Amino acid sequence: MTDARWSEPAPARRWSWTDPALRSAVIQITLAIALVWMAWSFFANAQANLARQGIASGFGFLDNSAGFGITQTLIPYSESMSYGRAFLVGLLNTLLVAVLGIILATIIGFLVGVARLSKNVVIKLLASAYVEVTRNLPPLFQILFWYLAVLSTMPNPRQSWGFGLQPLLTWLSNAAAGLGLAPLADMLKSLAGDVSGPSVFLSNRGLVVPRPLFEADFSIVFGIFVAGIVAAFLVSRWARRRQEKTGQQFPSFWVGLGLIVVPAVIAGFVLGWPVSFEKPELRGFNFAGGIRVIPEFVSLVVALSIYTAGFIAEIVRAGILAVSKGQTEAAHSLGLRSGPTLRLVVIPQAMRVIVPPLTSQYLNITKNSTLGVAVGYPDLFAVFAGTTLNQTGQAIEIIALTMAVYLAISIFTSIVMSWYNKRVALVER
Amino acid sequence: MDARTVSYVAPKDLRPQEPAPVSTRGIFGWARAHLFGSVGQVLLTVFGILVVWAVVPPMVKFFITDAVWTGSGREACLPENVGRPVGACWPFIAAKFNQILYGFYPAEERWRVNIVYILGIVLLVPLLFPRVPYKRTNALAFFGLYPLLSFVLLTGGDLDMRNFLLGSFGLDFGITGAAGGLRGTFWLQFLIVAAICVGIAMLVCPFFGGERRGVALGIAKTFAVLGGVLLFVDIDFGLRQVETRQWGGLLVTLVIAVTGIVASLPLGILLALGRRSELPLVKYSSIIFIEFWRGVPLITVLFFATYMLPLFLPGRFTIDGLLRALVGVALFASAYMAEVVRGGLQAIPKGQYEGAQALGLRSGLMMRLVVLPQALKLVIPGIVNNFIGLFKDTTLVLIVSIFDLLGILRASFTDPAWATPTTLFTGFGFAGIVYFVFCYGMSRYSMALEKRLDRSNRH
Repeated sequence: MTDARWSEPAPARRWSWTDPALRSAVIQITLAIALVWMAWSFFANAQANLARQGIASGFGFLDNSAGFGITQTLIPYSESMSYGRAFLVGLLNTLLVAVLGIILATIIGFLVGVARLSKNVVIKLLASAYVEVTRNLPPLFQILFWYLAVLSTMPNPRQSWGFGLQPLLTWLSNAAAGLGLAPLADMLKSLAGDVSGPSVFLSNRGLVVPRPLFEADFSIVFGIFVAGIVAAFLVSRWARRRQEKTGQQFPSFWVGLGLIVVPAVIAGFVLGWPVSFEKPELRGFNFAGGIRVIPEFVSLVVALSIYTAGFIAEIVRAGILAVSKGQTEAAHSLGLRSGPTLRLVVIPQAMRVIVPPLTSQYLNITKNSTLGVAVGYPDLFAVFAGTTLNQTGQAIEIIALTMAVYLAISIFTSIVMSWYNKRVALVER
Repeated sequence: MDARTVSYVAPKDLRPQEPAPVSTRGIFGWARAHLFGSVGQVLLTVFGILVVWAVVPPMVKFFITDAVWTGSGREACLPENVGRPVGACWPFIAAKFNQILYGFYPAEERWRVNIVYILGIVLLVPLLFPRVPYKRTNALAFFGLYPLLSFVLLTGGDLDMRNFLLGSFGLDFGITGAAGGLRGTFWLQFLIVAAICVGIAMLVCPFFGGERRGVALGIAKTFAVLGGVLLFVDIDFGLRQVETRQWGGLLVTLVIAVTGIVASLPLGILLALGRRSELPLVKYSSIIFIEFWRGVPLITVLFFATYMLPLFLPGRFTIDGLLRALVGVALFASAYMAEVVRGGLQAIPKGQYEGAQALGLRSGLMMRLVVLPQALKLVIPGIVNNFIGLFKDTTLVLIVSIFDLLGILRASFTDPAWATPTTLFTGFGFAGIVYFVFCYGMSRYSMALEKRLDRSNRH
């Protein structure tokens, strides 16, 4: 006895739109054709257009002499060097803005974020005002504001603002005189005459700071300093292991700090301070000596840090609020004091919430550093997609290369981030 | 039980009785808790008050009490003429106000811009209030009809269209006639292409088990809508053509922001669906597209659109400068929108998909009727936040020489007729107020909306 169904012939396969295999094949083949056609037509059009306009193609231009100067160079560069070298100079300038901006924005952002949670209403109000104002003004507006309205309206170098002990004492003396405290004013004035003059100047030419001059022996001091850091790291690891095993605590922070600072200071003392500072001096209409930080750089870093700090403050606040109050109370009831509670219980949990959005803010600083082109800061974008593009006209290669650099930075960061996320992610059962 | 085992029960006299805690009620109690609780608190309070004192009075002095309100030239704002320290020079803003609103749009045509502004407000305001009815019609009008109407009003319409696909193959049928701005050759090509498409669909669909009439009607409807749009922008309404080079100020800022959001919404939804698709080619091309645009700065995208895009298009096309920037902004914004929409799609529980499938809905209908309405409602605050970002990003077009609000003000700083010591600060103050009002307003709206949605989700 056989089942009738088994002997039935298989139904002829029908083409049907409801068949998922067919549908997916049709959609994907159509998409593939469209993509290939688009790529091909872009390629053909670009070739025809370039030939018509007489523009060269390929990356050969990178070896040609650039022929333009750059106002801020971290590595030696002159007009006769190649476009490739200019690209490198621009990339380093971009990274400099990004790194400095990230450090400043993080510091300001954490301070403001904590201030927004303060019990003190005045501080809380100030922090909220800071966040609302900085987040709601476009970054380009803020960069232009700092550049055009603040730094450009500074006095010229001859009347520049000096920062240091002497100007402070002079200012205090004037203030005392204004309050009618003549003896105090005189005392401060004579004191101001004794100390050395200011070494940091702010004028419409930018910020001038002393230049450190390293002597040959400095490398010894530096080596000892690095060895101190390694030793401190090893000590802290040993201390953590011992505490996990025996419960005994060890003041690894202070010991580590001592290991880093004390030997380096002693070495410096023995070798007779192998580092000195070249102070900037006003000569004629400008400063001689020292390092001049161009105003474009100052305005870009200040504006980006202030803008991004507003976002970071909100991230920090949200992160701290995300740790429930019960965690703090539980830590207290286990006998932890408020310092260890913060360090061992609250901050690790808050970081889990804070770090992912914080990274995207860091990426935003890096990407927003391209806005420096509006004030003429020579970052990668301004040097390469600006000047080099104007000179060579090779739009495709130059813009592709510029985009590739930013894309590489983004992808690298997101890979690191996903690795970090996996490490700190909550292990759920 | 000896005495030692109960020694943890502290005898009453072990510690002296503590005094009653300090009152935290009343104005003094509040001040103690929030201002002067400890030495550190007092220092913080003093510091805070000093900061406020250093910032607020000078601002009020500059923008209000010391400001010059009337006048007709730079002389009115010079301290030596006024005889006192001069703050903001508001006559400067008044003199430049038309430029700020319209850029260099011809004076006699500005009524068109005004209509666009007013219509925008009339359509947008009811859309923002959840209680006002007819949301669907309203949204359709704002996102569909309004951009079309604005396009015709602002540019003058009457696009000189000569070629619809077939022209590329040399099929222009030798028609040169035109009426009311419409060219015969274009519209004949359009009709032929439409007929061919409907015919092919009717021929092919039986093989796929489709219903002939329905498929043909669907394609015909699509062509009808497309034709309607093309007809509207092609008809000569007798409006003067205004080149986009003459646009500027707030007009350009709003055109870029609104175009960015209107174009990025459908594109972003498609990309988000693509990213969650099970078809590998669709999925990975969506991922590459999204991550590429999100990984590069907007200004490189604008440069891409300005310098690179024209090279990729056939030589006979010349694209308008503003349109290039709009294309760049739309691509950029759609990648960000896709990620917002994806967040919404991921928040929809799996049961909703399964429920829709159990009801026999096909995947297209399931998305349209069940998933997307819920997902999009969830991400409205995210969309508003995207819009705030886009609004701030519009300032970047000044780098590719398009004069938006900030660009116009920056250009007017160099106007010698208004060169006064405070022109710069007045301009920055005004632009800052405009940007702040827009962005802060939107962020408050987004927060209120979030709260409301949060409440309605809590059952």
